[in-house]
Amino acid sequence: MVTLKELATKDNLFVSGHHLCPGCSIPVTLKILLRSTQFPVVVSNATGCLHTGSTVYPHTSWRVNYMHSSSSNASAGMSGIQATYKALKKQGRLPVDNRLKFLVVGGDGATYDSGFSAVSGAMERGEDFVYLCCDNQMYAGSGGQRSSASPMGAATTTTPAGSVLPGKLQFRKDITRIMAAHKIPYVAQSSPWFWQDLYRKSEKAFETPGPTFINVLNPCPGEWKIPTGKSIEMSKLAADTCVWPLYEIENGNKITVNYKPKEKLPVTAWLESQDRFIHLLKSENKWIVEKIQEEVDKDWEFLLSSQVEKTRIN
Amino acid sequence: MSSMRALNGSSAVALAVKQAVPDVVAVHPILPTTLIAKDIAALIADAELDTEFLNMESEHSAMSSCIGASASGGRVFTTAAAQGLAAMHDLLYIASSYRLPIVTAIANSALSAPLAIGPDHSDMMGQSNCGWIQLMSENSQEAYDNIIQAYKIAEENGVRTPVMVGMDSLCTSHTIENVIVENEEAVTDFLGKYDAQNSLLDSDNPKTIGSYCGNDYYFQHKLEQSKGIESSRKAIKEVGKEFGDRFGRYYGYFESYKLDDALTAVVVMGSAAGTVKEWIDKLRSKGEKTGVLKLRILRPFPHQELGETLTQFDRVLVLDRSLVPGTDGGPLFNELKAALYEFENHPQVLSYIYGLGGRDLGLKHLEELEALLGETEDIETAGLKHRQVGYINPGI
Amino acid sequence: MKDRHEIIPGVVSNEPGSSLKNSTSNYRRGQKPEFNGSTCINCFFCWVFCPENAIIVEHEKVAGINYDYCKGCGICVNECPVKREPLPLIMVDERVEI
Repeated sequence: MVTLKELATKDNLFVSGHHLCPGCSIPVTLKILLRSTQFPVVVSNATGCLHTGSTVYPHTSWRVNYMHSSSSNASAGMSGIQATYKALKKQGRLPVDNRLKFLVVGGDGATYDSGFSAVSGAMERGEDFVYLCCDNQMYAGSGGQRSSASPMGAATTTTPAGSVLPGKLQFRKDITRIMAAHKIPYVAQSSPWFWQDLYRKSEKAFETPGPTFINVLNPCPGEWKIPTGKSIEMSKLAADTCVWPLYEIENGNKITVNYKPKEKLPVTAWLESQDRFIHLLKSENKWIVEKIQEEVDKDWEFLLSSQVEKTRIN
Repeated sequence: MSSMRALNGSSAVALAVKQAVPDVVAVHPILPTTLIAKDIAALIADAELDTEFLNMESEHSAMSSCIGASASGGRVFTTAAAQGLAAMHDLLYIASSYRLPIVTAIANSALSAPLAIGPDHSDMMGQSNCGWIQLMSENSQEAYDNIIQAYKIAEENGVRTPVMVGMDSLCTSHTIENVIVENEEAVTDFLGKYDAQNSLLDSDNPKTIGSYCGNDYYFQHKLEQSKGIESSRKAIKEVGKEFGDRFGRYYGYFESYKLDDALTAVVVMGSAAGTVKEWIDKLRSKGEKTGVLKLRILRPFPHQELGETLTQFDRVLVLDRSLVPGTDGGPLFNELKAALYEFENHPQVLSYIYGLGGRDLGLKHLEELEALLGETEDIETAGLKHRQVGYINPGI
Repeated sequence: MKDRHEIIPGVVSNEPGSSLKNSTSNYRRGQKPEFNGSTCINCFFCWVFCPENAIIVEHEKVAGINYDYCKGCGICVNECPVKREPLPLIMVDERVEI
């Protein structure tokens, strides 16, 4: 396993000077993921925090080829990029030994919602790319509206907690398992705090031919209403409460759980830590907390019972 | 060597695409473009064409993948019609802003609602603000010739602007006609290789395409973008002449048919031009001085050339195959009238809307307009005011 | 500001990493992290978790903080595992230049 000191010697492909919020965990995710392949990367990025924060004209924080086109089509754009790549290689217009890696980056809005059909289509066509979902559980870039990644009970600007409504009343979509249902070679869920896990999964995703999907929880201090210094710690809390389990699924059915907390914390520990859930601590909303705990436990049991190998902790 | 083949517009387009040797074809077929996708897929399956064929899950994704493919240095092609073209709307602006020479074949059909697949120009007219070059074809021959010229115009240095080539759905796309097709080597030689600029696959020179832009730069980007389509005015003429020199069929902004000594000009686009020409022939045999101006280039709108030509006439009848609710007359009529404003002589310009949703324009319908062709007073006798929009065979 | 003659057709920015020209120190709101190397164990957690790549590394050791880009988020202070005084990273008040 690589060490952080070794990682620190690798080229920086996403540089300082970007306009993402203080404490945003997306650049941390990119820092780890982009170092996990030795080959040049071509990025297709949907509209969202990352695009608007990192490409403010005339500057760009990217040191790789990068394309943005729209909010819902990063995967489709990538389908075209890698089709031309295949065509040019076949025709000899690119050297036979030319190696490129293709990375699609989308937020939860672009992945779970508006770009869902494009992601699904690209997965079904079996194209060769890594899809990174930077999941901050809402449309954070446009000011914190709910997405289908927003968890039950979350207060967002379009599902606010008021006198008659207690935030979002639907469970979030389990996009990781939906992607696994496409029977693509590799799907994983990870978090920035466990950098070794994220690095290993990124490396594996880049090396696996065909479409691969990594869903990374990216706590957002601005919209989750947490102190800016706590975003990495928050991603660990998500794993310790099993709200965001770290696991991988190979070929649609081989599940491996990668992190089992020494002591599984109740979801209240997660909910109490962020102002977007603070209204759930009221007695009249206890039923929501119970529903959330029930769902977390159900999903966690499913993963533990379905896994093929024993839990491994890296 | 050219040869004559019996092809419908779809097959003619597919053949032209084959001869252009694209690197990527990304489609989400919608009636009436399905035959184009079918033909291209069959060519690939039988090893007659080697291209990457992407079966995209939506039209929006089809245009997205064309953007990615073209930005990576590939020559690309896609098709669209009606709602499919409308679904591509947000990407069309992006494709032209990125200055990508994407060629798209449009089987012009009616926009929903109600749902209809008959020939109608509302889909193409609805996209005339997105910065694409727009060509209209009268028949399968023109569809074939226009696709080939589209690549050459789009890829010209200084132009680098995407092109949509329209042909009327069903009347052209599904109707078999005689088409002169050229030898593949001659077409490939005419087009040359696509010389990509700023490719995403060039890792020695990484770049960012599609920045976020504040109000301090957006305006400049748009002005820069306009240079491309403005440069195409010259390129369209040059390519049309070069095509003619090479293959014997010359093209320009429009075709003039019996306009030389005409008093009345009829302006039309698309397949109805055939019927209109037949009407004009009949009128000429009766001594009426009429002619047809068949518009080929919708964007960039050739306002100067149209103005110079049309101000010579006493009367101009503009036939529109689309209706824009809330405006006075058809869209082509309005744009033409505005172009004529700059000139000293203002002919009478009348708007007629025909053929919506694929309703046929027959000779007998045109013959009902003959009352308009006399002196100005006759119009009043016929009960039509100068500015009233007319509808040909509306059914109500 | 670039004038229009410098705009590359196609919304292309061809200077990779040019955001380095843009200092983001003005994101700090009155606090900044301060580094003391005497107790630092060079675990590099601060380096990996800094969203701004503002932790300076020299010869396999953490050497300091690049205040041109530090936004004062405090992740480095929060993630530093050292509990022994003097702490390698602490937040201190900073006068904000207006």
